[in-house]
Amino acid sequence: MAANPASRWGLRVLGLGYLTMLLLIPLVMIFYKTFEEGIGPPLDAITSPDGLHALKLSLLMVAIAVPLNTIFGIGCALLLVRHKSKLNPVIDAVINLPFAVSPVVIGLSLYILYGTGGWFSFIGEEGFQILFAVPGMVLASIFVSLPFVVRETVPVLQEIGTDQEMAASTLGANGWQTFWKITLPSIRWGVAYGVVLTTARVLGEFGAVTIVSGSINGQTQTLPLFVEKQYANFNSTGAYGASLVLALLALITLFAMNLLKRKEDA
Amino acid sequence: MEAHPANLPAPSQHRAGIRLPGLGAGFGGGTVMLYLSIIVLLPLAAVASEAFTGGIGHFWEQVTSPLAIKSLKLTIVCSLIVVVVNGFFGTILAWLLVRDKFPGKSIINAVIDLPFALPTIVASLILLTLYGAESPLGIDFAFTRTAIVVALCFVTLPFVVRAVQPLLLEMDREMEAAAASLGAGNFTIFRRIILPNLLPGLAAGVALAFARALGEFGSVLLFAGGNPDTTVSSVFIRNQVESGNDIGAAAVSVVLLVASLLLLASVSLIQRWAVRHDRSSSEFIPTIAKDVSGDGGGA
Repeated sequence: MAANPASRWGLRVLGLGYLTMLLLIPLVMIFYKTFEEGIGPPLDAITSPDGLHALKLSLLMVAIAVPLNTIFGIGCALLLVRHKSKLNPVIDAVINLPFAVSPVVIGLSLYILYGTGGWFSFIGEEGFQILFAVPGMVLASIFVSLPFVVRETVPVLQEIGTDQEMAASTLGANGWQTFWKITLPSIRWGVAYGVVLTTARVLGEFGAVTIVSGSINGQTQTLPLFVEKQYANFNSTGAYGASLVLALLALITLFAMNLLKRKEDA
Repeated sequence: MEAHPANLPAPSQHRAGIRLPGLGAGFGGGTVMLYLSIIVLLPLAAVASEAFTGGIGHFWEQVTSPLAIKSLKLTIVCSLIVVVVNGFFGTILAWLLVRDKFPGKSIINAVIDLPFALPTIVASLILLTLYGAESPLGIDFAFTRTAIVVALCFVTLPFVVRAVQPLLLEMDREMEAAAASLGAGNFTIFRRIILPNLLPGLAAGVALAFARALGEFGSVLLFAGGNPDTTVSSVFIRNQVESGNDIGAAAVSVVLLVASLLLLASVSLIQRWAVRHDRSSSEFIPTIAKDVSGDGGGA
């Protein structure tokens, strides 16, 4: 469609105008708002004991959920693409669930499963607290970020085919050798892209974690929960400060996503 | 297509697929299903079971309580508005990113994904600052239904753009040139050539955006949530949990769950339909799909 200049400009104004109002101005806004009263107040909020604890807890979520979902994701993608199992259609369908289910429903599901009267309530009764504690938050983080690595790895595995793996196998490589030397290097950018998405999702998760954590100051607060608590307590500078940290992490994520997409396409 | 049974000696090897195992061998369907069951299936089953602990009658009572109905209606209406708005603007943005040239295009292309990367609670906070009582633009619609729509537009924008973009990229431009040479105007070309080709992507993107909008919580919470007129279903569920009505929360959750299952199913139907009807996307057919059908008898 060789759009004439008038309609081309019309589309530009419409599309980019929408994007500006919806995404660009808000992004600039957060930087402006955080530093409205100088760098001191937001810095104080983030470096307060509760703020630092929230940051640490967020990083802990990443440190547990991301490796688990990465190993599971690669294994599951291999199973879906390279091994024919009767379970594959079921697995394929279940994998997508966390994308479509509301985070609040995810939080509630864990709350009911591990809470009083729940099927797994005995774990808490044994003294290993899951709800309103870190384990529950970890489970919620794993749930919401489960599909990313699988979804990003499957198409790459399909694309690279099996020729090289077969060749390696013919030359006497065992399964592990083939995996480490042939398969993993060829799928690494796809996996990395999935890892970036997983990390971003875990860092930003709010709905599911808020239900299972109880958001106790300095105990079960991740950064997003800290933002909400600060805002609810009328400490908006603190909320903006923590938001800025999260926004910067989001920008790093965007940058990494673009870099990896380019590597993948190359 | 590839090397076929003739040079694959033992049937046992055929059954095992390629001997790639390593991870695969110890990572059979059983392990994957176990992980999925513990993380995903058991919790969701627990919600469903909780919803029906008082019997179907009680479940129905909870779902049809005035407040639950109100929140479900509000959620569905807002989500529908959102997918129409984003279907329109998302298609324009995808077109600009594929067909147009302007300075800063690669940055715009990257920024589209911002809602995927930015925590929803942060989105909620900045939208509230920008379009709330202290708006620097003088626009204030916080805590209204408009706020719900804007928050949902924010979080679902990438779905449509990213679903339409690849289809535009691979579209055969000769068709458009042919139509133009036969005297078709821009609008006709768009309606008769471009739109039908984009439809599968657009439909899948819209369905995903709709699913996301139905369940969205964080971005709505600070910007719109709180008052009785702006309580979407996810906020309603949270309120029910906080007031100790687990069954009510679970009942509305089941409604949302069923809706998301239906949407997921429709997405995969759309994709299958697109693969069958569209020659240009046939390369998307995962080769395993054929292998699975060929292998079904042997396994």
